Amino acid sequence: MTAPLRLAVWKFASCDGCQLALLESGDLLLELAEAVEIAHFAEASSSMREGPWDLSLVEGSITTAEDIARIRHIRENSRLLVAIGACATAGGIQALRNVADAGAFAAAVYPHPEILDALETSTPVSDHVAVDLELQGCPISSAQLLEVITALLSGRKPQLPVEPVCFECKRAGHPCVLVANGTPCLGPVTTAGCGALCPAVGRGCYGCFGPLPGAVPAVLSQRLAELGLHRAELTALYRSFAAAAPANAEEAARHE
Amino acid sequence: MAFQAHAIIDSPAPLVAALKDAGWKVIAPVERDGALVLAAIQSAEELPRGRVDRASPGEVRIEDGRPGRWFDHTLPASGWKRWLHPPRHLLWRANRGRDGFELKTPPPETEDLAFLGIRPCDLAAIARLDAVLGPDGSADTEYMRRRRHMLSVVVQCARAADTCFCTGPGTGPRAEHGFDLALTELEIGLLVEVGSERGAGILERLPSREARETDIEEAHAISRKTAGMQRRRLPPSAAAAIAQAPDHPEWDQLAARCLACGNCTLVCPTCFCTDVEDTTDLSGDHAERWQVWDSCFATGFSFVHEGPVRTSVRSRYRQWLTHKLATWYDQYGTSGCIGCGRCIAWCPVGIDLTAAAEAIARPASPSPAPTGG
Repeated sequence: MTAPLRLAVWKFASCDGCQLALLESGDLLLELAEAVEIAHFAEASSSMREGPWDLSLVEGSITTAEDIARIRHIRENSRLLVAIGACATAGGIQALRNVADAGAFAAAVYPHPEILDALETSTPVSDHVAVDLELQGCPISSAQLLEVITALLSGRKPQLPVEPVCFECKRAGHPCVLVANGTPCLGPVTTAGCGALCPAVGRGCYGCFGPLPGAVPAVLSQRLAELGLHRAELTALYRSFAAAAPANAEEAARHE
Repeated sequence: MAFQAHAIIDSPAPLVAALKDAGWKVIAPVERDGALVLAAIQSAEELPRGRVDRASPGEVRIEDGRPGRWFDHTLPASGWKRWLHPPRHLLWRANRGRDGFELKTPPPETEDLAFLGIRPCDLAAIARLDAVLGPDGSADTEYMRRRRHMLSVVVQCARAADTCFCTGPGTGPRAEHGFDLALTELEIGLLVEVGSERGAGILERLPSREARETDIEEAHAISRKTAGMQRRRLPPSAAAAIAQAPDHPEWDQLAARCLACGNCTLVCPTCFCTDVEDTTDLSGDHAERWQVWDSCFATGFSFVHEGPVRTSVRSRYRQWLTHKLATWYDQYGTSGCIGCGRCIAWCPVGIDLTAAAEAIARPASPSPAPTGG
């Protein structure tokens, strides 16, 4: 019998919510623990074993010089590296500092900002090392994470949707909140995977699964402007969980 | 025909009760989260009585209409297809055993569904789906199994929304056949038309009275009035024109406005395309194959041999309109469009299919070389 797959879970600048998506998998987590060797998962176990690892799941964005050294070490010792969540794939909500003065934020919050040693920007893992796969979401979907691990174990390609949230929304039978209520919704330009959670409760999509490749946010913005959104509101809409994803950054800047 | 063809009932309440008593699960439009959606109802109290929809391109609102009127609204947000051709459907399960895989198909769906308040255009949409998903009417498909367990109580439309255009394709506002029962809401009650033996059997259980000739005349007058309310139309030449205009400059105009979000196809009552998804579990001993609604607006929809064929929004919009209005004739002998107007009302940016078809049916002015697609 071949050695079980060695799994490692890493945290950078993040809220831990994506690791929780794994911890929250219930019985499936027990099944996972039998199917793979969980070699490093600080949030779950104090037993942390050295690399090399077959699969590294990386949560969080790169915000310090130390982060850069650490992500390189992880990359060098991992066969596959999967960035999980909006922080790791797009810099997260903390990437708002990329378009502001991070020093001013620190001065406003900390009595002694000089003790901080952080980079000016919050950047995705892929800005620093090669990433084999990105899982979107704030937080990611447990089902998608398990799909990736399951696919890897069975030697097949994971099934991850490349379609807008609207597809999931309509399959679930929710009427369009934009059409029915004029609610601003990023669903048409956002990658599916969440199960249309926000439209399910009558809210517009916040875009936490990141921009859908090839989508056209300018068309949506024009419609939202017709519905009464001001330029500042449009900028704010694109500048949230995946603010630094290029499509969002560009669309937000266009309305500034 | 042996059954009584017309009668008057006072309210749909005994009808819902009779259907439920006879073992039917009653599906009807209800108001939820600011829209009309289809749901299983327990009593007529759940119907959106006194409420009407106001639809225009990209905007639908529900508001108060004439108090007490049961059916002055028009269409629910999506078609009825989800009950016959569900958005996600398990095709089979496979379990690894000692001697390979054992396949198991889920037991067929045999729930008896009564579609209460289905409109003539949506009834026509089911006939279009029959041609696609159960062409010989007896195919042992999941769709046809569900279809055979379906009863229809049509409501003949007393209002047309701004987005309705059924008179062109001739699918409404009055259904003449294909239903079990049809209701027209008159001032004095609901005129019931019987369309099948089964429908006659249901009517027999209801407190009803004889319909007069004038009641039937009033019902037809209502249908004529509703037809007269419609402002949009599909140009009759659209099918031929679209099939012959792959390079029309209007496609560029449409592509510049289209989000490629797929809402039009997903709310369309005749769009039937699906994808197949395979899943395995962590042990690798169990696999499932699911059929899932797909849309020609997804790039992955045309993925063949390591790449999608239709990468531009232009090519995907053209595919949808060309299939819906033109090549559907080649495949099934009819148009794929039944004039419900949902693709207009529920398009987040309000693209109007009838305007698009009209623009393409107009001869293009000489233009530079096509931009490709």
